[in-house]
Formats: sequence, structure tokens, C-alpha cells
Amino acid sequence: MEFITQHPILVVSLVKIAVLLFVVMTALAYLTWFERKVVAHIQSRWGPYYVGAHGLLQPLADGLKFLFKEDLTPPESDRFIYVLAPFLALALALTAIALIPFGPPSVQVLGQPIFIISNLDIGLLFLFAITSMGVYGVALAGWSSNNKYSLLGGLRSSAQMISYEVSLTLSVVGVVLLAGTLKFNDIIADQSGYYWHLIPKWYVVPQIVGFLCYITAAIAETNRIPFDLPEGETELVAGFHTEYSSFKFAMFFMAEYANMITVSCLATILFFGGWLSPFPDRWTWQLYVPGAGLLLLGIYCAYDTVTQMHGIARLQLTVVTLLALGLGALCLIPVVMPLIQGPFWFTAKVLVFLFFYVWVRGTLPRFRYDQLMSFGWKLLLPVSLANLVLTAAWFVYGWVRHG
Amino acid sequence: MSVQLLMFFACALLAVGGAVVLILAREPIHSALALILVMVSLAVLYLLLGAPFIAAVQIIVYAGAIMVLFVFVIMLLNAGVEERTDYSKIAKFAGVPLAFFLLLEIAHWLYHAEAGAAIANGAGAPQEAASTYTLSELLFRQYLFPFEATSILILIAILGALVLARREE
Repeated sequence: MEFITQHPILVVSLVKIAVLLFVVMTALAYLTWFERKVVAHIQSRWGPYYVGAHGLLQPLADGLKFLFKEDLTPPESDRFIYVLAPFLALALALTAIALIPFGPPSVQVLGQPIFIISNLDIGLLFLFAITSMGVYGVALAGWSSNNKYSLLGGLRSSAQMISYEVSLTLSVVGVVLLAGTLKFNDIIADQSGYYWHLIPKWYVVPQIVGFLCYITAAIAETNRIPFDLPEGETELVAGFHTEYSSFKFAMFFMAEYANMITVSCLATILFFGGWLSPFPDRWTWQLYVPGAGLLLLGIYCAYDTVTQMHGIARLQLTVVTLLALGLGALCLIPVVMPLIQGPFWFTAKVLVFLFFYVWVRGTLPRFRYDQLMSFGWKLLLPVSLANLVLTAAWFVYGWVRHG
Repeated sequence: MSVQLLMFFACALLAVGGAVVLILAREPIHSALALILVMVSLAVLYLLLGAPFIAAVQIIVYAGAIMVLFVFVIMLLNAGVEERTDYSKIAKFAGVPLAFFLLLEIAHWLYHAEAGAAIANGAGAPQEAASTYTLSELLFRQYLFPFEATSILILIAILGALVLARREE
């Protein structure tokens, strides 16, 4: 007991890690549902529909299916690396999320901010350090499977991730120059304020070129369509994870979605003001937005339950309705209201980016390999470099406020 | 035992173990992986010393860039298993005793020298983690010339590599 009071940081951190892990795992599961639904609607289909109301229990069914499938290891494969690769991929993907601030540091328990696990002085740099290691999971999986298609997928992914990491890092340096710090919470705090008392001073305004470079390189870094050449099922069966089955395959899947979340969070923090609200402070009605939004969702669910659902689905959707209404009511309690503003806006912005990801997937065809390489090196890199030089010049000649 | 000391011993053990595996492993890719382990453990040691920036750079540059290229090349060439030679005879009779002697010497020095005892007790270590701001101040003001000279040197190396690798028309 004495140990706990003497080391609040240890205890609070452990609790935060446990909660975040639970939240992120759930988010990963429902991100697959979200993606399938959105892509289905883009393609005029219904998507998951039969497992639970609106297919809401589909992620659970998928998880169980993965757990109970046979776990195959190809003969002649490098057993140790074959097992290590999916663990490496998932562990690194989850570590990165520990650096993300989900809310303002002013909200504290036991003197520790609760919305960030690790507020490092070098936050951004450390995040890049971790994501730069992410390539090993994919490359080693491809190599150790002892399969030509897997190896090709692994090679493609290493080449692609090295190439696009350069642009990714360079596109973000402009923001670092403007903020004058690598600490996430400081970068966000520097984006407070408004142009003409209306438009938020997010870095996306001065750094629009950097943002476009970032979002392109980020899609490539996470191996998503249109840059999904490491998997390219029409060319390489399934690329680096061809031989993986059962839960090891699920781990690669989870790592990919965790990376998507990280990258979306980073875009939110660096270019869209993180947990800051998009509305000026004098508009006090914005405090009611989270609660009201959830209540509206609950009312829609209630309407849907009564008019559309039958049998067990009606019961399931009733639970969802009650959950939404309850959370909405909770968000309107005066004590809770100011606390959830930060996480609410952060989540809302991240959801927009995740939707953008899925939208891109549903819309664009895949690049050819040589197109991918020439696009990365001959267009994206020079543009992000030019953006950096211009930002530096802008800064040196004193056209911006000094951070 | 404090948490930091525990972390130090864990990482030191990992680093040394990784280095041993790096030499003994017969698959080139296992050696590469062991080297990555060494790099990462070193980065954690830097963190413990209160140098987070160096730690992050260590991971980005060595583990994230250079070793990725190593692994990439090993995968691309599909390098086979190393063949064992029956070690050189000089190593057996001169190398091993000399290495043992060197270790003994270092241990002796660390145990007796005042500097060694002071280092072991944490003297000279910064009280707080050096901030990136201080570091950049030093790097871009006091040591600007060496810094720029190094970058030009690296640029020349890149150009040299390009010239060497270019195919004759």
C-alpha cells in the first residue's frame, strides 16, 4: 500500500495501459466492422448483416473463428522467426498508441494526467522510432514462410516502407518547426487560438502541402490500398501473410488496423489540433455536443429497433440504444461534461480520418510497383522537401510568430 | 534494488546476449536480428542515462534504417547458412586467454579506480533528462561547424556510392 502511494506514476500508468489496451482492442475489432460496412455501402451491398443487429456481433464471430482455426506452420520455415513476426508486428503497433494524448494534460488523477500514458519530451521522434521498426514484422514474416510469394511480399513491403518513411518524416518536420517542440501536448497547445475569431489555428492551414504529403505517405506506410502491394492478392496470393493462419493471421490484421489508428491519431495531433475543439471558446453550447450527439444516436437506434428489427436483433439493438442513451446522459452531467470534451473531439477527428482511409480503399485502384516507387521518390519526396525548405525560410525571415 | 538498476541489468544482459548470438548464429538473418536486439537494448540504456533523444535516434538510424537494409539485402540475396570452419588456432591459444585477461583488467580497474566507483554510484549523471531544446541549442550554435562538416561528408559519401553503383552506358 505504501508502495502505491509512493509511486503513483507506476500504478496510474498500469491502470491506464490496461484501459487503453481494452479500448484499442475493441476499437480494432469494430474498425473491421466499420470498414466492411462502409466499403459495402460504397459498392451497393449490405456488408455484415446476419450476426447480430446490423452485423454488430460480426467482429466477435470473426475473433472466435480465428481462435478455433487450425494453426499451420509450413515445413522448412524458420520456426522461431515465423512465430516471432506476428508478435513483433502487433507489439510495435500497440506500443505506438501509448504515446498518443487523447485529452488535455490538465485532467489529472493522483497528480498524473490520465489521457496520455507517456508524455515524452521527444514524443514525435519516439513514435517514428517505433513505427520505423514496424517493417520487421512484415519483412520477417515474408522471409520465414519459405514461400516465393511471401518473400516477394516481404521484399516489396521493406522497399516501400523505407521509401515512404522518408517522405512521411519530412512532411511532419514543417509542423515541428512551427511548434518548436516534439512533445505532443505542446504541439497541440500551440494550435489553440483562432483566425478572425472563427477559424481554428490548426497547422493544416499553414502546412496544407505537408498534410497532403503526410496523408499520402501514411497510407503507403500502413500498406493500405492503393499502396497495398505487399499483399496484392491479385499478384501475390496474399503477400507476406500467405502462409499464416488462425490467430497469427489475426495478429497481422490487428497490427494493420492499429497502425491505421496510430497514423490517424498522428494526423489529428499534428494538423488538426488534437483534442482542441473546432469551435471558438465563446460558443458555450459546444459543451453539449458530445452528450447531444450520443442522445441523437440513441434516438435513431430506438427508431431503428422499433421499425426495422425483429426477434433477437431487436433485443441486441435495444442494448445498443440503452448504451448510447446512457452514455449521452452521462456526458451531460455538469461534472463530467468538461472532462470528456478533449477525448470526444479527438475521437471524432480520428473517426473522420478512419472514414477517409476506408473511402480511399473503396475508390482507388492499386498502383503498379514502378509507379509506386517513382511516385514516392520523384514526386512525394521533392514536394515534402520543398515544403520543409519553404517553412524554414518563412520562419527564418520572421513571417510567423515565434513559438 | 531500484527499478532503474533492474532495467539496467536486464538491458545489459540482453545487449551482451544479443552480441554473443550475433557471432554464434549460423543463419545470417538470425545474426541480423541479434544485432537489432543489441541496438534496441543500447537505446534503452541511453534512456536510463537520461538521453532520450540519443535513444530515439539510435533506434531510428540503426534499428529502423540501417538494419532494415541489412535484412533487406540478406532476404534479397537469400544468403544461405554459414559454414563452420574449425576456428583459427591462434584464437584458441592467444585470443581466448587474452580476452579473459582484458576482462579481468577492466573489472579490476572498475573495482578499484575512484572514477569507476563514482560512475557506478551515479556521479556525473545528469539530474534530469537532457531536453531536446538544450541539445539542439548546442548542436546548432556551439557545434554548428562540425555538424555541417559532417553532413557534407555524408553527402560526399552518398555521391561516391552513386558514382560507384552507376552502370556504364
